[in-house]
Formats: sequence, structure tokens, C-alpha cells
Amino acid sequence: MPSHGGATAKVPTEAGAPRGPDAYRLTAGDNEYDDGSLLEISMGPQHPSTHGVFRMDVVLDGETVVKLKPVFGYLHRNHEKIAESASYLAAMPYTDRLDYFCSLTNNWAYALAVEKLAGLQVPERAEFLRVITAELTRLQNHVCLAGFLMQDMGASGTPLMYGFREREKILDLFEALTGARMMCNYMRFGGCRCDTPPGWLEEVRKVVDRFPRFLDEFENLLSSNEILMARTQGIGVLTRDLAINAGITGPVLRSCGVDYDLRKVDGYGLYPKFQFRVPLGDHGDTYDRYMMRILEMRESLGILRQALDAIPEGPILDPKSKLRGFRPKPGEAYGRIEAPKGELGFYLISDGSPNPYRYRIRPPSLINLTVLEDLCLGHNVADTVTILGSIDIVLGEVDR
Amino acid sequence: MAATGDSAAGHRLNLDPNEFGTTSESSASVETLEQILPRMKVAIPGVTFEVVPNSAPGAEPSWLVDREHALSAAFFLRDDSTLRLDYCSNVTGVDWPERTIKVKVRKGEPGAEKEVEETRVVPGYLEVVYHLYSMAAKHGPVVLRVRTPGRGNDVSLPSLTPVWRSCELQEREVYDLFGVHFENHPDLRRLLMWEGFKDHPMRKDYVPPDDYEYEPTPHDEILEKAQARLARREASS
Repeated sequence: MPSHGGATAKVPTEAGAPRGPDAYRLTAGDNEYDDGSLLEISMGPQHPSTHGVFRMDVVLDGETVVKLKPVFGYLHRNHEKIAESASYLAAMPYTDRLDYFCSLTNNWAYALAVEKLAGLQVPERAEFLRVITAELTRLQNHVCLAGFLMQDMGASGTPLMYGFREREKILDLFEALTGARMMCNYMRFGGCRCDTPPGWLEEVRKVVDRFPRFLDEFENLLSSNEILMARTQGIGVLTRDLAINAGITGPVLRSCGVDYDLRKVDGYGLYPKFQFRVPLGDHGDTYDRYMMRILEMRESLGILRQALDAIPEGPILDPKSKLRGFRPKPGEAYGRIEAPKGELGFYLISDGSPNPYRYRIRPPSLINLTVLEDLCLGHNVADTVTILGSIDIVLGEVDR
Repeated sequence: MAATGDSAAGHRLNLDPNEFGTTSESSASVETLEQILPRMKVAIPGVTFEVVPNSAPGAEPSWLVDREHALSAAFFLRDDSTLRLDYCSNVTGVDWPERTIKVKVRKGEPGAEKEVEETRVVPGYLEVVYHLYSMAAKHGPVVLRVRTPGRGNDVSLPSLTPVWRSCELQEREVYDLFGVHFENHPDLRRLLMWEGFKDHPMRKDYVPPDDYEYEPTPHDEILEKAQARLARREASS
């Protein structure tokens, strides 16, 4: 028989694997759990609050979580292998499908890594367009996250629809610019695919100018809401040392007071030219993680205003970049950006052929889940849902 | 958190400035290997550390460490007072099958040397690459590589999860997709493929199965494909 997971796979014991078929069962064989008072439940993969096909094996003592293991892979399609068997440019539309809320930042991270690998320059107007689209992406990601978090707490529908209403305006802008609402496929190595349609920047300015009013209203309704504060403050506290050691990035990291934003640290793109501040939290609990998103949206609006004021005319693609027959010289590069969910990195090795020899994505959603068990232990089972919601994952990126 | 909703001018926040980061505008550069190596040789006797060049423009070289000393070298890189590489960002595997390269060698009698092209066989190996940064000192990256002796089914490397917990899920992924066993990993299971899957799909010589179903489908086309592939495999071995 061919050596695949075919007919023989009914006995899933594998040589070298430390644990056998009971690897996913948390209570079996564990003597400390054998007294029968514990309950093992499987949350997901169809649970509506897991934001996709994500499963948690949870062991409960009454209502309290005593053990939790995340289970991945339901959406795995080996994106890396697909990209390694196609040309560099052919992987660009696939990056849209990683974190399908934020296709434009995924495009940017991949383009940045290839530009580092091949030594391409990006014209100034294209850099401005990248900043504008990335900050719009951050706005719509964070506003939906806040809505989903309320949904997880039982505020059924209304806050989420407020978030979706604002997101819809931004998606309309994306559609006008790139032709697609979510799968934008907009950036190219050394620039962007197309220039703005007439009047697009004015439309962006209208959305940006109206956004603070929505944000104020949203905050007046929710940020000091009693139920929100009771359900989030002091829940799922992440300590600073654990966050750094576990490689947590993005708003989750900054909510425990670590000053690390790649827009400042790496200064990629044109970010050193913009005036903005990095919000930092104090407690690292779910409420701080919610608040980081609200504060980051306000900073993003500031960046957008500065970018709309300063965007120059000019070319949008490096004349040296080639769409066809693109073969970077042998070498390797790691490019990373501050995506809305954390550090999104692409690691590429070129052997001089038209396909990447190695194509690796560093997914912030997956690595931020490293601490999920630490955050949930000792809390109620209902709190695992809000903690997961505040970490902000998208399964297209977790499973790749 | 003293954050409050602001009125009309939403972008101007009336917040305590101490709540905001004061990050510098660009990364500081890391020390070169020549500066670090003397300290490291004292701390870890017998360690071999060499630079792997990288010809991509604007990209950083990487450091290759031997697998016996990889764990102690990782602890050194994390705890050294100037390096302080407290953040392991990216962990990934790379598969390098056996390959032949052409090398130019000068041969012949002294005085009348000639450049001759020779072919050499480089044995295959698997490589695990770690991208390290410092959140405390805001520098990086340091690219650390560790190589396995070969690319059989039971090759192993020391796990660096005791040093950086961010390796936990990523090393599971490397084990799953490349087949590198990590010694002393707390929970080495497959991450993305299902339990009981036999192969390691990211290896370069991986052949996808004819049918992913658990039971082979008694379907003429698939059976034909499977038989043809088995015949090819037998002919080649």
C-alpha cells in the first residue's frame, strides 16, 4: 500500500509520537482527573463563538476551566506548499485568503518580503496608498472585533451590526479601488496594482471624517457599560513576561504594557514620517485588550488624515519590477509588518528559479493562541469565549 | 486604563502621555558574530558557530550552531546582557535534499594551475530556522539555524521551547510538516494534519496520496492511479 494516511490510518498510533490515539482526550488515563467529578467537553469546531472552525478541548470542574487544549487544522490546505509550486506573483491572491478580514495587510507583508529579497524600491505614491489601505484595514478589523466581542458576551447582534455598518463603508472603498471587497489582491512587488479612481481620496476623507462620531457613540454606549466591565475586567490577565516569552504580538502584547509596535520599531513603509502614538495597557486583561483596539482606531484615523493631506502624484510601480519572468537572485529574506492582529511575517528563500524555494508565513493568530490555556485557567467556561474573542483570531490564518 | 471617549476631535486624545509608547524610530543594529563569539566560547565551551552568508540585498546573514550546543547557545542569546534576544518571532523548517553542486577548483602543477569544474555531492539535511529579536533592546533580527545530520524519518533536534515558549506551536508545526523530532518538547503532536497521518507534506520529495479518503474508494480511476504509482515506485526501487 502507498504510505499515506489511507487504509492504515484507522490505528492512529505513530512511531515517534509521544502520545497515542488518546492524545486529544484530556481526562483519559490522567489519574488526577479520575474521580469522575470532571467533565470534558469539546467546544467547536461548529461552535458559533469560535470564529470559524476552531476547537477547544476543555476540562471543567463545575463551571471552572481546569485544562484547555486548542485543536487546529480544520481549515488546513498547506498554503505554503501551494505557494512553493507556483511563481512568486501567483501566491499574492492566496495571501488574501490567510486573514480574510485583512487582505490588504497580508498583501503588504508578502510584497515587503519579496521587495527585501529582490531589492526593489517602492515609489512614494504607492507607499502612501499602502499606508492608507492598511490603516483602513486596521479600522475595519478592530471595529468588527469590538462587535464580535460584544456578541460573545451576549449583546446579540446590535453592536456587531453597528461595527459591520462602518466596515461596509470601508469595504465599498476597497471595492472602488481594487475591484473586490475582501479578496483585494492589490499590491505588487515594488508598488500597487492600480491607481485610485477619480474622487476616491475624497471619499476616503468623508469616511475618515465621519468615523470619530461613530467611535464616540460606540464608546459612550459600551466602554463604560456595566456588563462589559463586569465580564472583562480582571478576566484573562496576561503578564508581561509571559507575553514576551510566548511571542505574543499586536494589541494583545501592548495591552500588558510592552511598548513594541513594528510601525515604530521597524519603521517600514512611510511610518516614520507619520505622527502617531502607541497605546499601552496596564493590566493585560480582556478589557485592556478591547480598549487597545478602540485607542488604535483613533490613532489610525490620525495617520489617515496625515496621509490624505500629503499623498503626492506620481508612479505607483517600480519600473524595475517585472510581473512576468520574475526571478530573484538566490538568497533569503524575512519581511514583517504590524498587521491588525500582530506581527505578520513572510520568510522566503530563493534559489534563483521562478518559484520560491521556501515560503513561510509567520501567522500572528496562531502564535497568539499559545497562551490561550494560561489565560483561561480558573475562569468560567463562558469567559473562555470572551478571552478567545479578545485575542482576535481568523482561522484562515491559523490553519493556513 | 484612563481611556475615555473623546468628543468632536476624535483623533486628539486627552490622555496621560505616560500611557503611550515612546518607541524609537528604527531598530538598532545587533552585534556582529566576531564581537559575540569570544564571550560565547567562554560561556559554552566547544560550541561551533559560523556565519551562513545571504546574498539577498538588504537581508541579514544567519548563524549556524551545532545541534549539541543549540539549547545552551539559545539560553546564552536570550540571557546575555547586551544581546537580550527575549523574543523568538518565527520558527520554520527548510528541507534540503541531497544535491550536486559544481565547484571551481584550481588544479595542476604549481605555476601551471588550471581552473577545473568538479561536481560534489552535498548530503541532504533538514534545517530549522529561528528568527530572534529583542523587545527590551529593540534590535534584531538574529537568524539562528540548526541542522539535522540527515533527512531520515527519525531525525531529531533539541527543542528550544524551554527558552522561548513561542516555539511551542511552531515546533509542533515543523514536526508535523517536516518530520523533525524535537527532544524535550512538552507536547509534540501533529498540529495541522490529523493524528495518524503518515508522511510529512512539506518535504520536497513528498508525493501526495491518490485519495485522501480513509477507505480507498473502489473506483476504477483511483485504483488505476494507485496501481500505476505502485508500479512506478517498484520500478524505481
